[in-house]
Amino acid sequence: METLLELAIGYALVCVLVAMAFCAVRLLAGPSAHDRVLALDTLWMSGMLLALVLGIRFGTQVYFEAAILIALVGFVSTIAMAKFLMRGEIIE
Amino acid sequence: MSGIESIPAWAALPVALLLVIGASIILTGALGLLRLPTFYQRMHGPAITVTLGAGCLLLASMLYFTVAQSRLVIHELIISVFLLLTAPVVAMTVMRAAVYRDLRARKQEAGATAGGVYVIPPEPDDNAPETKP
Repeated sequence: METLLELAIGYALVCVLVAMAFCAVRLLAGPSAHDRVLALDTLWMSGMLLALVLGIRFGTQVYFEAAILIALVGFVSTIAMAKFLMRGEIIE
Repeated sequence: MSGIESIPAWAALPVALLLVIGASIILTGALGLLRLPTFYQRMHGPAITVTLGAGCLLLASMLYFTVAQSRLVIHELIISVFLLLTAPVVAMTVMRAAVYRDLRARKQEAGATAGGVYVIPPEPDDNAPETKP
């Protein structure tokens, strides 16, 4: 059964990394600025989920704190960038 | 402390299943972000990533640590509640920014409509004297 769980963890890691690569392609090649913001937001979320899968892989709780920090900072940065796109300034 | 070896089979099976389903859903969401033709369709790709994919992975993490440490470990609920609260806010803000920018740039082919809410800026007059320095 350990091999099944290891296989599942390896599959999840590969899937999340490929998803991050797709987001990076959209981030680099996005035709407009809001495409890039959306791709960067998805990249933050995928990074958070990668930290969660790594936490399961190594069996420690340290990665959970990294994941919650990534979620918080990703939300704030995405809102700031979207606000900048809409208004041209962040704090009005 | 705890490793993969200490997980019994009845818990390893649902954890592996949730991991595989969640990772496949995340890959699907990112593929939608990469492949869909217009921005307003691409908005829908990451939605499945942050709801279903993240939900499956957080459930797997909760189950794994609950079994591995023989106590109730549910602090992943913090992340899931936070994601469920913030995902609509992010989607709405980015969408409003995109509609604003498309209307301001008068890109009619992008499919953005004013919807009676925003005023489309008037067509610039070529004969008018330039006011910008």
